[in-house]
Amino acid sequence: MIIRGDEPEQIRLIKKLYKPGNYFMQGNEALSYGALFAGCRFYAGYPITPSSEIAETMARELPKLGGYYLQMEDEIGSIAAMVGASWTGFKVMTATAGPGFSLMQENLGYAVMTETPLVLVDVQRSGPSTGQATKGAQGDFFQARWGTHGDHPIVALSPTSGQDAFWEVIRAFNIAERLRTPVVVLFDGVLAHTRELVKIPDVEEVEITYRKLPANEEEAKLPFGDPHGDGVPPMPLFGHGYFTHVTGSTHKENGLRDVYTPEVHDKLVRRIHRKIEQNRHVYEKYEEHFTDDAEILVVSWGVTARPALGAVLKAREEGIKAGLFVPKTVHPFPGERMRELGKKVRAVLVAEMNLGQMIIEVERYLNDDVLLKGVNKIGGVPLTVEEILREIRGVA
Amino acid sequence: MAKEIYSKYPLIKYLRKEALPTALCPGCGGGTVLNAFANAVDQLKIDPKDLVVVSGIGCSAWIASPYFLADTLHTTHGRAIAFATGVKVGLPDKKVVVISGDGDLASIGGNHLIHAARRNIDITVILVNNFIYGMTGGQVAPTTPFGAKTTTSPYRNIEHPLQISETVAAAGASYVARWTTAHVYQLIESIKKALQVKGFSLVEVISQCPVQFGRRNQMKEPAEMLRWYLKNSVPISKAKNMSPEELEGKFVIGEFVNRERPEFVTELNKLIDEVQEHFGLKGESDGV
Ligand SMILES: Cc1ncc(C[n+]2csc(CCOP(=O)(O)OP(=O)(O)O)c2C)c(N)n1
Ligand code: SF4
Repeated sequence: MIIRGDEPEQIRLIKKLYKPGNYFMQGNEALSYGALFAGCRFYAGYPITPSSEIAETMARELPKLGGYYLQMEDEIGSIAAMVGASWTGFKVMTATAGPGFSLMQENLGYAVMTETPLVLVDVQRSGPSTGQATKGAQGDFFQARWGTHGDHPIVALSPTSGQDAFWEVIRAFNIAERLRTPVVVLFDGVLAHTRELVKIPDVEEVEITYRKLPANEEEAKLPFGDPHGDGVPPMPLFGHGYFTHVTGSTHKENGLRDVYTPEVHDKLVRRIHRKIEQNRHVYEKYEEHFTDDAEILVVSWGVTARPALGAVLKAREEGIKAGLFVPKTVHPFPGERMRELGKKVRAVLVAEMNLGQMIIEVERYLNDDVLLKGVNKIGGVPLTVEEILREIRGVA
Repeated sequence: MAKEIYSKYPLIKYLRKEALPTALCPGCGGGTVLNAFANAVDQLKIDPKDLVVVSGIGCSAWIASPYFLADTLHTTHGRAIAFATGVKVGLPDKKVVVISGDGDLASIGGNHLIHAARRNIDITVILVNNFIYGMTGGQVAPTTPFGAKTTTSPYRNIEHPLQISETVAAAGASYVARWTTAHVYQLIESIKKALQVKGFSLVEVISQCPVQFGRRNQMKEPAEMLRWYLKNSVPISKAKNMSPEELEGKFVIGEFVNRERPEFVTELNKLIDEVQEHFGLKGESDGV
């Protein structure tokens, strides 16, 4: 069984095509190159602003690497095709924005239930509905978490720059493969279209993970078992004579449907949760600035983390003990670290381009004696350093 | 309390025994379709290891998944063909077959159906048309005959049914045929052809659902439904000379198209070859 994209030939091609060095490029392009370096060789998508440059870059670059770009008839078909391709051994990705992300939700749940590795990039734009289609936003924080139905875990990452997108999408693929699960990348329209310096590394500097394949016939016969105790079943790929049965309905370890036995559902869904919980070390990531002695903590994510850092630096110049906490894996939320930081500070400001979403997560980890305040802005224009600084001064 | 399974049926080797007996109602046309498919696979000597069967949601989706012993992907409602598209790109040398219902493939999944035909991707679709939503309790479908009764058209259906084979043929499929469960030998032959055609192929099977459709339309016995099919089937050659009024309520059966057209995954691979050639990416040592 092979995972496409891990042949030595691929390293040769990447080396030949993408010279290490500094480039001036859009966030969307940087993210696409990250996917190519991570081994993505199958992309199925449907164009939508502000994600379309990802599709365009993949359509241009994938064939060079022997990979496949498919423009499907809609987003539902796109994620469906990705799941099909993933079961044949491809590392797969799609990119979309709010409305398309909504359409993908049913099959995102299918990917969770069937433990299919895939990477879904949501370049967030202003909503609800078609809102301001061309403007950036951070309004899909909870759509990523709770968009599909049922009890399910999800892993979602959120990069803060084009350079960061390059590396975070690689991390998304590694997590998806390691935990046999879909991973959402919450990018945003502002970063997607910002051109900035992006350093492309040598491909050999990039650490790449591949899904666990069955070690023997027995493991292959239990595509939803847990032979290694880490909650992650080895994945028998289609086309190798294992007669694997995959269904989104509740199934036993051998894949066969059983929707009547409460214990079967309980065991399956709890294991899918447990594999995410118990492997926190695989995906948990956050950034901290000046948190050692901070009295006022700014929490921010994605695009807003950048003006937030600017505001914290300015506040420090003014003698205000401000710090910054940036969850890079936003789901599951780095709650333990948030709780620790919350104990040390007097006030917490949550800055985001929405009317208050991550703040709901933050609040769960704070004691009542901490002043909690949202710094929110909608309308398609990012928060500025000045706007966040003003709020820091306000609680100083 | 596993029920005893009659194992003398020679084609039982193609079935996933631990999943039997099937969940289909007695007298359901689904059994005939499964039998016809197993016969076609057997006659063509296709190794089930070279098959991937994909289905959506509905009674008909159960025909081959989980019962057929191959790699089987039981997907969300309506999306089987889109899932199968990804599988086919990954496994171009395998036979990728979709077996599902008319509601699944032509209603919620109608968009994927016509676009897969347009792309002419090498997938074989066996569409089981029972004129009804069986699994959800007999609601009106886009194939329900004009005037028929269902649980959501309790007075009569005032919508016109979609002619699936005609639509898919017009959309660009390589092979399209329609039969009923009363035409088993023709059906097997068509499934065999569809499996061998390089391109998108559709075999529409008009199939009895005595429980949800027949019961509400004066045909509660499976045999009555089969007689209805036989009485009203018109071969396509004859139908060409009939007026729309004469064809009202008739089932046009036979082969609609059988033609060669460039196939999607082949073209995709050709394109990749050209691009790699163009950028000098082929071959081993090039000084890197
Ligand atoms: C998104 C979604 N909508 C609705 C359903 C409910 N549903 C299950 S099967 C079915 C109809 C199936 O009809 P058909 O494909 O004709 O199959 P049959 O049962 O008649 O063989 C519907 C509407 C669903 N599972 N998912
Ligand atoms: S409800 Fe109809 S289609 Fe479904 S299994 Fe019963 S007879 Fe067959």
